[in-house]
Amino acid sequence: MASVSIRKLDIEFGSIKVIRELDLEIAEGEFIVLLGPSGCGKSTLLNAVAGLLDVAGGQIWIGGKNVTWEEPKDRGIGMVFQSYALYPRMTVRGNLTFGLKMARTPKADIEARVAKAAKILQIEPLLERRPSELSGGQRQRVAIGRALVRDVDVFLFDEPLSNLDAKLRTELRVEIKRLHHELGSTMIYVTHDQIEALTLADRIAVMNGGIIQQLASPKEIYRRPINRFVAGFVGSPAMNFVDGTLSFSGGSPAFVLPDGARIDLSGYAFLGQVEEGRKATLGIRPEQVDPFERGDHTSQLPVNLTMLEPMGADSLVWGRVGSSSFSIRIDGDQHIDTPARIDAFFSPDHASIFDAASGNRL
Amino acid sequence: MNPRLKRFWSAQLALTPAWLIVIFAYIGTILWTVQISFTSSKVFPVSNYVGFAQYSRLFASDRWMISVNNLFIFGGLFIVGCLVIGFLLAVFLDQRIRAESMFRTIFLYPYALSFIVTGLVWQWTLNPTLGIQQTVRNWGFESFTFDWLTRGDRAIYVVALAGIWQSSGLVMAILLAGLRGVDGELWKAAKVDGIPTWRVYLHVVIPILAPMFVTATVLLATAVVKVYDLVVALTNGGPGISTEVPAKFVIEYLFQRQNLGLATAASTVMMITVLCVLAPWLYWQYFRQPRSAR
Amino acid sequence: MTSVDLAAGPSGPRPKRLTAGRVGLYAFLVIAALFFLIPLYVMIITSLKPMSEIRLGNLFALPSDPSFYAWAKAWSSACTGLNCDGIHVGMLNSVKILIPSVIVSISVGAVTGYALSFWRPKGSNFLFAVLLLGAFIPYQVFLYPLVRMLSIVSLYNSIPGVVFVHSIFGLPLMTLLFRNFYAGIPIDLFKAARVDGGGFWAIFLRLMLPLSTPIIVVAAILQITGIWNDFLFGLIFAGRENFPMTVQLNNIVNSSFGEKEYNVNMAATILTALVPLFVYFVSGRWFVRGIASGAVKG
Repeated sequence: MASVSIRKLDIEFGSIKVIRELDLEIAEGEFIVLLGPSGCGKSTLLNAVAGLLDVAGGQIWIGGKNVTWEEPKDRGIGMVFQSYALYPRMTVRGNLTFGLKMARTPKADIEARVAKAAKILQIEPLLERRPSELSGGQRQRVAIGRALVRDVDVFLFDEPLSNLDAKLRTELRVEIKRLHHELGSTMIYVTHDQIEALTLADRIAVMNGGIIQQLASPKEIYRRPINRFVAGFVGSPAMNFVDGTLSFSGGSPAFVLPDGARIDLSGYAFLGQVEEGRKATLGIRPEQVDPFERGDHTSQLPVNLTMLEPMGADSLVWGRVGSSSFSIRIDGDQHIDTPARIDAFFSPDHASIFDAASGNRL
Repeated sequence: MNPRLKRFWSAQLALTPAWLIVIFAYIGTILWTVQISFTSSKVFPVSNYVGFAQYSRLFASDRWMISVNNLFIFGGLFIVGCLVIGFLLAVFLDQRIRAESMFRTIFLYPYALSFIVTGLVWQWTLNPTLGIQQTVRNWGFESFTFDWLTRGDRAIYVVALAGIWQSSGLVMAILLAGLRGVDGELWKAAKVDGIPTWRVYLHVVIPILAPMFVTATVLLATAVVKVYDLVVALTNGGPGISTEVPAKFVIEYLFQRQNLGLATAASTVMMITVLCVLAPWLYWQYFRQPRSAR
Repeated sequence: MTSVDLAAGPSGPRPKRLTAGRVGLYAFLVIAALFFLIPLYVMIITSLKPMSEIRLGNLFALPSDPSFYAWAKAWSSACTGLNCDGIHVGMLNSVKILIPSVIVSISVGAVTGYALSFWRPKGSNFLFAVLLLGAFIPYQVFLYPLVRMLSIVSLYNSIPGVVFVHSIFGLPLMTLLFRNFYAGIPIDLFKAARVDGGGFWAIFLRLMLPLSTPIIVVAAILQITGIWNDFLFGLIFAGRENFPMTVQLNNIVNSSFGEKEYNVNMAATILTALVPLFVYFVSGRWFVRGIASGAVKG
C-alpha cells in the first residue's frame, strides 16, 4: 500500500498550461475518483501520475518516494485503459506475463501471480485465448489482470468502463469495488460518469479547467456542492436552478423570485455574510422537493407542472418555476395531474444557494 | 415494365462496359493467348496444334531460364529491400521528428516517376566512365571500382537497387498509415509494463501491421512480375542477356522476333504463376470476410 | 516561484538529454534523404553542364557555367532515330492520350463501383472477382489478342486505341477505388434515397457523385501519374506517329547515333518527369491517400 502525493503540479502542452499548481493528497488504500467533463485535465493528471507525460513543475510522490523523474515501470503502479490496450495476437496469459518477463521475474513467481490474478478476476478459462476472441467485459478483466500481476500498490484507471454497454458497466463497477475491498490498494480512477464516481469513491475530486473544483466525499459533493459547476455536473437528472435575489429584510432570509414571490430560507447555513439584494441561484435536487404535502418541510415554491414522465421505480414531473425549467422526482406508484399549478415543498437545509456572478456557494 | 425489373436493368446497363471489358479484353484475350500457345504459330496465329511443344522449347531456352532466374533475384531483393527500408523509414518518421512532412515528401517522390525515368537516371549515375565510379576516382581513390552496371553477373543487382529506390516510399506510406492507426494506449500500457521500445515493435506493432505488410508485398510482387520498362531503360537486358526478364522476353518474341507460339507460352506461364500466388490472397481479402466486419 | 521542497528531490520537468538514439535517428533519416535526392540532384546539374565538363567525370560538381542549351535542344531538336524534333512532340501526344484516358477510365470506374457497391445485380460478384484478378495479371497475356482486336476495328496504332487500352486496364483499380469509397457511405443514405423514389441514375448523379469529390481527386491523381508514366501501352498501341513522351524519351536516350549527349538526355528526362512531379508536389497528402486507398481495402 502506498499514498500518493501531488505537489504544486504544473503541466503544459506547448505553451498552454493544462494544469497549474495542483495539489492532491491521497491516503494509503484510498479510492479516489477524478470526475469531470472531457478536456478538464483529469486524464492528463492521471497520465502524469503514471509518468506517461512530463510535468512542467512540481513533484509527484508515491509511497513516500519522489517519483517525479522515474520511469512508469519503476513507480509501483498498474494502469487500466479505456481501450483495454491489450497486446493483440498474444494470448491472455501472454498479455499478463509480458511485462513480468521483461522485468526478469522468476518463472515460478510469474506462474503464481498469474494464477492468483486469474482467480480473483475469474478469467482462468480464458488464459489461452486471444483478445479478439473475448467480449468487451472479458477484455477489461484481462486488462485489470495485467495491472494486478504487477503486484503494485497503486492502481490507475483511465475511464475503464466507457467502452462497455450499460449492463456490463454496472457489473464491472461492482467488480472493481470488490477488488478494492479485497486488495486494499490505493486506486485513482478517472471517469466522466458521475454514477461511477458516486458509487466507487471514498473521495471525489471534481475537476474543470485543469483545477480541482471540490475534493470531498460523494455524499458531501452531492449534498453540498461547492459551486454551480459541481452542482450541475453531479446528479441525474440535474439539480434544478432558479434565479432570483436574496433578501434579509423580513427578519428571516428569503429567496425572491423575479415576480416578487418570497421563498423562506430559514435553516439554510450561509457560509458567510451576504448582503441584501445579492443576485443568486437557488439549487435544489429533484428528489428534495415534495409536490404533495408539507410534512417537515418549511418552505414552498410555486411550480407550473407540464408533464409526467414515468420511469419505472420513480417518475419525473416536469414543469417551470418562473422561466427556469424544474423537475421533481416522485415515487413510481404516485400520480399527479398535469398541467397544473401547485406549491411544492422543500427544506432549505437541503438546498444550495450560489452567487449568480461567481457561481460559488454562499 | 415491372419497376423491379427496370431497376436491375438499369444497374446491368450501367455495368455493360465493365462486362464487355471483362468478357472480351480479359477473359477472351486470355483464352486466345492460351490457345495460341498450343500451336506452332510464328508471325501469324495458325491452328496447327503442337501440344506442349512450345512450353518445352520455352524451358529449354537459355534466355527464358535466365529471365526467370533474374526475376527471382530481382524480386527477392526488391521486395525484401523495399519492405525493410520502407519499414525503417516509417518507424523513424513516426518518432515525432522535426520536418516530418519534408522527409516524407523526399522518400515518396520517386514513386511518382516513370520507371523509364528511374532507369535512365540510374543508368547515368552508375555509368562507370562518367558516373559515381569516375567521380570517386577523381577524388583521389584511383582504384575505386563500382562497375556493376556493365558486369553481367552484377547488373541485375543494380536493377534491384533502382527498383528499391523507386518503391520503398510506397511501403513507407502504407506502413506509416498503419503505425498512426496503432492505439496510443497500447504504447502507454507497454510503458507502464516497462517493455523496451524495440520489443514493442517486434512483438506488438509488427503483428498489428501484418495485413499491411501483406498488402505491400502483394503490390510489390505485382510490380516484380510486370517489370519491363525499368529494365528497358536501365540495361535493355544487357550486358548481353544478363538482365533479361520474362515480361521483356514476351514483348520481344511477340513484336520483334515474331514467334507467337513461344511468346504466348511464356505469358501463359507468367499468368498461371501469378494466379497461383494471388488467388488465395484475393479470396481472403475480399470475399471471406463479411461486409459488416469492421 | 513555487514552494515545493526542492531538497526533497527532483521537481519539474525531467532534464532533456540528447540521446545517442535520437542522433542516430536523424543521421539515418538524413542519409536516407540523400540517397533519395542524389539522383534528382545529379539529373538537374548534369542538364545544366556542357558535354566538355561532363566528360571530366565530376558527377556531383556544380556546373561552372550553367546553361539551358541542353534543355532547349531536348525540347525542340533532340533526335530519335531519324526525326530530330525534340521531345515536345511526345509531350503533345502524351497530353492527347492522357486527357481522354483519365476521363473515360474514371467515369466507367465510378459507375461500375457504384453499381457493385449499392445495387449488386446478378453476377456482380463474378464481375468483381475477374476485375480484381485482371488488376494483377501480367499485361503480356492480353497484348497480342488486343492488338488483333484493335486492328479489326482499325484502332491499332492510333490515339483512340491507346485511350481504349488505358481505360481497359484502368478499370480494376478505378472500380476498386470507388467501390471501397461507396462502401464507406452509410447504406441508410442509399435506402433513404430509394424510399424517396430515386432510381439508379438519379441516385448516382444527384446524391453519390456530389459526395464523391475526394475520391475523384484521388482517382485523377492516380490515373494522371499512372498514364503519363506508362511506357508499354504507348510503345505497342500508339504507333510511331503518336508515341507518348516516355517512349520518345527512351528512344532519344538509347538511340545509337553519334556521341551520347548526357546533358540533353538528362534535360529530356526531367521534362518527362515534370508532370507527375508537379502532380505529386501539389497534391501532397492526396497522393498518399491515393496509394493507400488503392492498396488497402476500405
